Amino acid sequence: MRPANESELSDLIAGRISPVISCGGGTRPIGLTSIGERLYLGNLNRITQYEPGALTLVAEAGTTLKTIFEILNEKGQMLPFEPIDYRGLLGCRGEPTIGGMVATNSSGPRRVKVGACRDYVIGLRFVDGEGNIIKSGGRVMKNVTGYDLTKLLTGSFGTLGIITEVALKVLPAPTHAAVLLIEGLPEKLALEVLNRSLNSPFEVSGAAHLCSGLDGYPVTMIRLEGFQSSVMYRAEELSKYLEDTVTITVETDPERTRGGWEYIRDVGPFQNRKGDVWKIITKPNEALSLVKGLRESIEIEVFYDWAGSLIWALVHKGTNLRDYLQSLNGHATLIRASDGNKSNLQVFHQQSIMELELKKRLKHKFDPRNILNQGMIL
Amino acid sequence: MEMPSSNNSIINDKDRLIGLFNRILSTDSVISDPYETKAYECDGLTAYKCSPLAVLLPRTTEEVSEILKICHEEKVPVIPRGAGTSLSGGALPTSDSVILGTSRLNNILDLDVENRMVRVQTGVTNLSVTEAVESEGFFYAPDPSSQLVCTIAGNIAMNSGGAHCLKYGVTTNNLLGVKIVLMDGSVMELGGEYLDSGGLDLLGVVCGSEGQLGIVTEAVLKIIPKPEGARPILLGFDSNVIAGNCVSDIIGEGILPVAIEFMDRLCIRACEDFVGAGYPDVEALLIVEVEGSAKEIDEQLDRIKVIASRHNPVAMKESKSDQESKLIWLGRKSAFGAMGRINDYMCLDGTIPVSRLPDVLEGISSLSENYGLAVANVFHAGDGNLHPLILFNANQEGELEKCESLGADILNLCVELGGCLSGEHGVGVEKRDLMTNQFSRQDLEIQMRVKDVFDPDWLLNPAKVFPLEISMERRLN
Repeated sequence: MRPANESELSDLIAGRISPVISCGGGTRPIGLTSIGERLYLGNLNRITQYEPGALTLVAEAGTTLKTIFEILNEKGQMLPFEPIDYRGLLGCRGEPTIGGMVATNSSGPRRVKVGACRDYVIGLRFVDGEGNIIKSGGRVMKNVTGYDLTKLLTGSFGTLGIITEVALKVLPAPTHAAVLLIEGLPEKLALEVLNRSLNSPFEVSGAAHLCSGLDGYPVTMIRLEGFQSSVMYRAEELSKYLEDTVTITVETDPERTRGGWEYIRDVGPFQNRKGDVWKIITKPNEALSLVKGLRESIEIEVFYDWAGSLIWALVHKGTNLRDYLQSLNGHATLIRASDGNKSNLQVFHQQSIMELELKKRLKHKFDPRNILNQGMIL
Repeated sequence: MEMPSSNNSIINDKDRLIGLFNRILSTDSVISDPYETKAYECDGLTAYKCSPLAVLLPRTTEEVSEILKICHEEKVPVIPRGAGTSLSGGALPTSDSVILGTSRLNNILDLDVENRMVRVQTGVTNLSVTEAVESEGFFYAPDPSSQLVCTIAGNIAMNSGGAHCLKYGVTTNNLLGVKIVLMDGSVMELGGEYLDSGGLDLLGVVCGSEGQLGIVTEAVLKIIPKPEGARPILLGFDSNVIAGNCVSDIIGEGILPVAIEFMDRLCIRACEDFVGAGYPDVEALLIVEVEGSAKEIDEQLDRIKVIASRHNPVAMKESKSDQESKLIWLGRKSAFGAMGRINDYMCLDGTIPVSRLPDVLEGISSLSENYGLAVANVFHAGDGNLHPLILFNANQEGELEKCESLGADILNLCVELGGCLSGEHGVGVEKRDLMTNQFSRQDLEIQMRVKDVFDPDWLLNPAKVFPLEISMERRLN
């Protein structure tokens, strides 16, 4: 099914009795496989409004990110949270859409400084499970008028409603970037350096550590962005601030810095590698002991983003990582696995019974007939 | 503004209910003497008043849970209250309700600077969070003007903002987790000491729900390293509209100041008389603050001056010292108080897309003329969050109604221009009856269904946010 517009979609859902699976570019197959007929939103692809001077962009859900990036680039602006492009990791083609990005609350390395996708969605329109067209939020930066359903729909994987249009806050893209590179650090020291950097006033916008970089040696990456002179100043100051512990080289080549962070963002190290991929989120200073504990029990490869708050892990197929994360202060999501393993192990982290119950009741209120992305996250 | 008629069976049962509360709380936590409950008859929106049945001031999450169990069982409405600084009547009681105040939940539980977060009980004041981490070089970003007294609980309920949220976001962007007590007394954690909980973002919908979904007793807040320095510049213009254009230009050119504040002549004079902030005597004033090292600040201010020069400024004055900067901000943060010294006023909180600033300012000025009531403007221009202050005489009959009507017209103008009714003060009772101008019945129906899930009997702050006739069936069931 390919509705031509929001109102056709609304009619379609209102008259429907069997389940549907909403689909943008089909590039983020993360939740459990749902049953039903596929509903493609590719025809909802208009940019409704773009006002660079107000830092806002409104676009229909099926607009491709490619189109969005093009028009933002022209005005020197960006989606600050760096949405992940999962195509390499999950082996899908298609073009990622803005609706899919919002429905999965997808954020990359810059999240650690600027916030997540959900922090930039300022409004949206959606069709609920009964076919009603609902709007929430607006196209202004600050809005406390009524409940923030925008947050609830962002990251809901299309289970509460089919998002038809999103309004985003955008930001000026930095004109320059510098990456402080530190080679050969043991993990403990690397995580300390990353956190010291984030706790400094120098506005670090990326903090990652690869246990094995492209040349096979560990590499720690710290990103600074902004106007050129400011970036150079902060690179120098931060280097001085850290140099009692480490030796630093500063990379400023635009292609190389961009490529380096895309590699982190898109889980480059685990693309084209066999095994299941997990995303673990925890408190930064608990990351190391958590990984050590895992290594004692299973064969595992990891790399760190968000100064250790985000751990990407590659394990043998079918390994239940959560068996070894009993005291995890955070959550673990199974991002890449076979359908069977996803269904056995569950994609999303176990929540308290109370929380699960509330979520189920919410789902029922938004989609009483349970026809939207059935079973995908709930 | 109407409130629902009170349930006399609850009022007549007061003694027995107080007895139940006394059983679970220490005596100083239960206030039921009518002379004492009178202190809680209103919040920052003083136009409406009503004493509650009782005021309960618990010290622990367990006590909050016990109170809510009783109220749930006895079907007594509960009005949550932080410091009572709400400007939208969010904490306005009814005579058959109890106020549940968070003021004694005032401990900072964990300072975790290493991980850039703190855990607090929600009765702590906004400013005390920053004070607790300042010596380590950190701060808590949301900074409502009432930050000296307002509580984190109230900030979460209203998703409070402040002058500096242009760069750092509002409460919801700085909140990692909460401990929340639901109306049936059950306690749960949402989010926690980490980023981005997976699945449905319940934390996101709790923040800004005006105390209608649960009582938040603890919060995990993100703290941010203090910048090396910060410095404002004052830009004066001949007209509000020119100042509005300058704001759009600054933002459109890729500069993101940490704050852009706007004041018109009425406000400038009031603030000058009140604190002597050093503001130039101009028609419209922008306070633009940038952050970074001394050199970075100079560079950004130079760029801003170039942009401002294109708009024929009549004054450009950089702050030269920390002392001067402090005074400039003291003036801005005292603006409401300064206006209060010279007149009764009603403060609005509409928001518009920044690009429409000149249009909205023109619109407000012509509405003001039509009504014959002066309107002063002081607001967060960078994110389009307006605070028109309508001056009126509360003692003159009919003037409040006239003022409310002008207020409604201004807010509807904001909605027409693509904005919304409230940017940071919340809907409360003040904007409750205007909600149908911004939302369709279906939009509001689905919001009310969210409340149905958290509070099926509609006992928590029931007469707020949604127009009474729309919520009636749910409230009376």
